[in-house]
Amino acid sequence: MQVDRISFRYRHDQAGRPWTVEDLSFDVRAGEVLGIVGPNGSGKSSLLKLLAGLLQPSSGQIRLGSQSIGHIDPHLLARSIAVVPQEYVQVFPFTVAETVLMGRFPHRRGFWWGMGIGDESDHDLQQAHQAMVETDVAALAGRLVSDLSGGERQRVMIARALAQEPAILLLDEPMAFLDINHQIEICALISRLQRERQLTVVLVSHDLNVASQSCDRVMMLKDGRIVRIGSPMETITPESLRVVYGCDVVVDAHPYSGRPRVTMPV
Amino acid sequence: MTPVSPQILTSESPSLASNRGEEGTAGSRDDWRRTGTILTHRRWFGIMGALVAASVVICILCLQFGATPVDLVTLLSVVTQLLTAGNTEGAGEGTAAIIMMHIRLPRVLMGFVVGGSLAAVGVTLQALLRNPLADPYVLGVSSGAALGAALAMLLGIGASMILLPVLPLCGFAGGLLALLLIYRLAQSQGRLPVHSLLLAGVILNAILTALIMFITSIMEPNRSAGLMAWLMGSLTAPGYPALGVLVGYAVLVLAIVMHKAHALNVLTLGEETARSLGIETERIKKQLFVLTALLTGTVVSVSGMIGFVGMVVPHAVRLVVGSDHRLLLPASTLVGGMFLVISDTIARTILGPAEIPVGIVTALAGGPFFLYLLLWRKDRML
Repeated sequence: MQVDRISFRYRHDQAGRPWTVEDLSFDVRAGEVLGIVGPNGSGKSSLLKLLAGLLQPSSGQIRLGSQSIGHIDPHLLARSIAVVPQEYVQVFPFTVAETVLMGRFPHRRGFWWGMGIGDESDHDLQQAHQAMVETDVAALAGRLVSDLSGGERQRVMIARALAQEPAILLLDEPMAFLDINHQIEICALISRLQRERQLTVVLVSHDLNVASQSCDRVMMLKDGRIVRIGSPMETITPESLRVVYGCDVVVDAHPYSGRPRVTMPV
Repeated sequence: MTPVSPQILTSESPSLASNRGEEGTAGSRDDWRRTGTILTHRRWFGIMGALVAASVVICILCLQFGATPVDLVTLLSVVTQLLTAGNTEGAGEGTAAIIMMHIRLPRVLMGFVVGGSLAAVGVTLQALLRNPLADPYVLGVSSGAALGAALAMLLGIGASMILLPVLPLCGFAGGLLALLLIYRLAQSQGRLPVHSLLLAGVILNAILTALIMFITSIMEPNRSAGLMAWLMGSLTAPGYPALGVLVGYAVLVLAIVMHKAHALNVLTLGEETARSLGIETERIKKQLFVLTALLTGTVVSVSGMIGFVGMVVPHAVRLVVGSDHRLLLPASTLVGGMFLVISDTIARTILGPAEIPVGIVTALAGGPFFLYLLLWRKDRML
């Protein structure tokens, strides 16, 4: 995926207000895990939505392969790009299985007179089952999503995204509301998915250590512009953090992985 | 597949260990059917078939009741005659046949269509607005229709309530104006945000209801009593042609909405998620909003505001058949129709020849039932 000089701001801002995202260019390499970090208001979530095609850039374009994603029919785009939102509050009692199956929506054949009943082909069911197995929610298939813990619910949403058979998975703050044990699960899940499905993953995180541990490359944003992009070692340094966050931190190396680890100074 | 850490997984999903054996299966259709999690043709036709049969039985049975009770034998003979020969000559007593044909049958049919439409609109709006408290009247179109009808009565257009061709038209016009007003109020930058819709609807409801109350207060007492009774809901049917138009319109709208039932499921995940799955949320919201508003306006302009059907029936049916709108929508329609037919039968028989407005019966029946749902089943409801 290639991002080409995109700029964006929310329309209800008056002209003259700052850009949410300004003149960004980078690429997302196939099969990598890219982390987007930065302070609040740096445009991380907006960038993710732009990548997903949910927002249109005011200028510039985002290309998937050779095509601009603005020109791809949303139905078809959903077969390549899947988004996992930060949080999901369920309004109606759907089961886990029903929710994951909704991820097959972009693939359905859709006979109008059939109302879509029994429309799920064997391939659809198989893909959904596979997604549930990979995220370890297969045992919860019959339960209501609202009965699950935060970690389980997040895994269900990831399963739903996987059921789309995407090439690219976009995660918005996947660890935000999770306990440490669930964070560990999701981290391991992401690296497993990258290995087994050759999935390209872009995740937004405000937690620098999460990004450092799970990502191949990290992109640091401030005020809608890229400050640094590169491997965690190159990007997460005291100097760059001072520029972006305006504070001093301690950066050492994780004892087992060697990746940068950020901790508060005494 | 390797679990991250056996301790973590088994502590939060205790059944994982016992289901380890299933992980080897390829997730065939039989596995899914066994767990009962997908909507199969068999299940759909089973439930819908049962509901259709129940609807027919209930409609026929309710034809018995009224100021002049008709016994079952005569009733069945008239119905058979009707179905086989298309008329009622020579079937039982003449008066029974006349009652049936010209008064009760259209009334029962109208009750079924109105109840079904209200329930269907309720289901659709609850999904569209992602709000379990939504009902057909929440967006204010019904108040517009009621106001139109009230104005018609005030200005004496149509000397009595029975002169229906004029009254429903005024109601429909009122509903249409309200629809346009809400649309303009809620729309922003080509999008139709859900919270704006709700807010505009609530405000409009308040204003229009106040106007209706004002009209009621300045009318002569006997006419205002008539208006109040109409507002509380009345299923006095117009002639067959008008009924036919209503039925045709309702069927058309419901068919279109049911086509989108699968998309409605996904829409409940949230608008951004739905869009990321390829659904054009703005288009579907606008279409469904306009369609349901028009249907509500039509229904209200012929039958007044009958409450509770549109809110309680969807929840009750959801408890039994689940939230999948491909089944929930048609099932709620039938259950709503049956509920209103039964309520109307109670309304016109319980106090002898006098009729209670049917809206009262639905509220008195629906209210306690809703309380029951809330108290005993709320964990399953939402």
